[in-house]
Amino acid sequence: MSESNSFVRSLTEKKYEFGFTTDVHTEIIDKGLNEDVIRLISEKKREPDWLLQFRLESYRYWLTQTQPAWGHVHLPEIDYQAISYYADPTVKKGQGSKGQEIDPELMKTFDKLGIPLEERLALSGTAVDAVMDSVSVKTTFKEKLSEKGIIFCSISEAVKNHPDLVKQYLGSVVPPKDNYFAALNSAVFSDGSFVYIPKNTRCPMELSTYFRINARNTGQFERTLIVCDEGSYVSYLEGCTAPMRDENQLHAAIVEIVVMDNAEVKYSTVQNWYPGDAEGRGGVLNLVTKRGDLRGVNSKLSWTQVETGSAITWKYPSCVLRGDNSQAEFYSVAVTNNHQEADTGTKMIHLGKNTRSTIISKGISAGHSQNSYRGLVRVGKHADGARNYSSCDSLLLGSQCGAHTFPYMDIHNNTATVEHEATTSKINEEQLFYCNQRGISTEEAVGLIVNGYAKDVINKLPMEFAVEAQKLLSVSLEGTVG
Amino acid sequence: MKSEQQYIELYQEASDLIKRKSCEVMNAVRDEAFQQFMSIGFPTRKAERYRYTDVATAFAPNYGISLAPLDVKPSLYIYTIKDAPIDVAPYYHKIADAHDPITALNAALVHDALLIHVPKNTLVEDPIVVDNWLRGTSPTMMNRRILIIMESGAEATIIINDREGQGARGEEQARLLTTQVIEVYCHDNARLDLYEIEDTTPLCSRFSNVYIHEGRDCSVKHNSITLFNGQTRNLCDVYLRGENSEVTLNGCAIGSGSQHIDNNTFIRHEVPHCTSNELYKYVVDGQSVGAFAGKILVEKDAQKTTSQETNANLCASSDARMYTQPMLEIYADDVKCAHGSTVGVMDETALFYMRQRGIPEAEARSLLKNAFMGQVIDQIKYEPLRQKLYVKVEKRFRGELEKCDDCRLCK
Repeated sequence: MSESNSFVRSLTEKKYEFGFTTDVHTEIIDKGLNEDVIRLISEKKREPDWLLQFRLESYRYWLTQTQPAWGHVHLPEIDYQAISYYADPTVKKGQGSKGQEIDPELMKTFDKLGIPLEERLALSGTAVDAVMDSVSVKTTFKEKLSEKGIIFCSISEAVKNHPDLVKQYLGSVVPPKDNYFAALNSAVFSDGSFVYIPKNTRCPMELSTYFRINARNTGQFERTLIVCDEGSYVSYLEGCTAPMRDENQLHAAIVEIVVMDNAEVKYSTVQNWYPGDAEGRGGVLNLVTKRGDLRGVNSKLSWTQVETGSAITWKYPSCVLRGDNSQAEFYSVAVTNNHQEADTGTKMIHLGKNTRSTIISKGISAGHSQNSYRGLVRVGKHADGARNYSSCDSLLLGSQCGAHTFPYMDIHNNTATVEHEATTSKINEEQLFYCNQRGISTEEAVGLIVNGYAKDVINKLPMEFAVEAQKLLSVSLEGTVG
Repeated sequence: MKSEQQYIELYQEASDLIKRKSCEVMNAVRDEAFQQFMSIGFPTRKAERYRYTDVATAFAPNYGISLAPLDVKPSLYIYTIKDAPIDVAPYYHKIADAHDPITALNAALVHDALLIHVPKNTLVEDPIVVDNWLRGTSPTMMNRRILIIMESGAEATIIINDREGQGARGEEQARLLTTQVIEVYCHDNARLDLYEIEDTTPLCSRFSNVYIHEGRDCSVKHNSITLFNGQTRNLCDVYLRGENSEVTLNGCAIGSGSQHIDNNTFIRHEVPHCTSNELYKYVVDGQSVGAFAGKILVEKDAQKTTSQETNANLCASSDARMYTQPMLEIYADDVKCAHGSTVGVMDETALFYMRQRGIPEAEARSLLKNAFMGQVIDQIKYEPLRQKLYVKVEKRFRGELEKCDDCRLCK
């Protein structure tokens, strides 16, 4: 396809619209990482001793490891001492402690992002935990949810108010020694969300967390823990943005999900971190460990992700299908342009009997970007009757970009049925011709085809989140063409 | 002691002897290859291309090295490298990946090499057959090297057989370790059908690296058939360097007992308008392990590339393991590339259908396995070999292959 096509141009030259910064007083601790910094973070959050020990142990393990380099991304050598590990925008100037009122600047910021923190203004049916830098600014509808016994709060609050639950599940899905970035996160993690759905409860609204990096030279290390008890259901959404900065910002998060018997969790991500400028300067390094543990029988977990941002995305939302008859799904659209690099996919570890998993991955590369799918399907020795279907398609818009597929299948059971298929191509000339024949201009036709290509996954996003997702996707995928 | 150490000592002790038995063109790269091997050592399972085979353990036992000269019947196209009719220096150890530890070790220890040279515009009608008879009473390591040069417009079929050698009855057999490097150069418009058939014993370990260079308008078919073995690791790298060329890689592997079969392929599309096809099929039974990793890389300017990679596998027992990893790495936008991979069980409805009609279950299963492998065997162009393999595969599934050497059909 020619680069003169205005759709492709509009896609590759698209501006990042969430790149503004918020001028708010932020308490930032000194740069650098050592045991004292970890003690300081723990002290600021008034954490119990077991959590401090958890952090220190993780940090000591992290010290023994080196930054991995096996991904199909050009991860720069990160200077971990040049980053500040705690930034709190909620502390009032001149006051040591937090104010009760939320700074109007912060309210304005989240309004601008389309996330009103006033409950009356909010979309009905969605509770939000808004996190800026290292601290949760506000969690809405907390009281309403607690009537049903649902706990939805920042993880710092959960440590204070529900220490037993946190202690039981924290690190049980992603252990601190899982990988380099998981160890780093376990040592320095700040706010994220904690969700607990009690037995036989259907969460009445969508729960969502909005992550925003604002302060300069900081990293965000959020930690999310979702526990869905027997027979319950929850749909959880995550959105993220960051201001435009010339330097790379580090985002190393952990998301842990525990799904019990007959429970169902839907986890959707719309990731729109700052992707860097057209020359590839700046942007967020998105290095996240996400994993769900389907512990119960008949449990169900579904990951849906729309990845449009970040200079480097390197993550594999995974599922451990431990319970018999459990089901896992992974739907992903990853769009890369300019100099973005993405190496993303999933891991499906089948351990229980009659477990099923589906992987649908759609990659779209434009500009000079590199987009890789990497996925593992492992069927354990006792996972009789396991079933997997994987399909990953890549679409190339432009001659300078790359699309890659690295699927791994490890099958240790003879009753498993595993299928994988992948295709890589540019936009089908015949489809374009068909549209042209019927009076649709090439620009419009490309828009239609790209949109249709990603619809499989976009349709999986919950309706309640459609407002933001649709807005973002129409900008990302369609550009000026409606 | 690390596995590498004994080979390093062996080389230090025996390099003069090897050099004396060898020839100039091979000795020219020997020391450098040894230095390369010393610096990299054996790959661990963390190395991406060696994930599924533990090389260090396979090389750990103490093997004696075989320095027997090659037994080559004088013929038009086959030579030992010492009697080469052309200057082989521009070819020997040039396309082979010097950074691969097996290739480096082979280049350091190999003392003799076979050259198959087909001159310009020559059609070789009868297939060229290379038989490797493997048998030994003491643990032995063999290093084999084959150089195939197809001049422009040449056409040939080459069959390389690894088979169990005939020995005295009751003789106790020892473990055998083989490293093999085959370099294939196809100049413009050449056509080559290369068959590698392995039908050995559980005592044989084989590490084979094949490197294929293709010029313009070439066509190469490489078939790798593993009927019976101990531990096998085959690597096949293809470099498409002239426009309008095509390559077909086919493979079938049958594993039972505690066999280990690992095929690793890499096709690099460097120029536009090339086609590659890949079809690998495995049936793993017993406690055997099958592994397939295939990568297709399309470089930035290799537009109009068409590529299809298929890997289908049958797991026939609960202890068998199958690893598969079909990969695409694409830097050009005007391409059509696809890969598919399946691991599954036999179709229960088909089994039921056959049993309904009075076919015993074991027979029905064997029929299904045969039909599954048939797709790969069907691709073999050379009729006598195809017919022979149909029979051999069928026998293999019935567990009768061990008797096969005595029957007239397979001779």
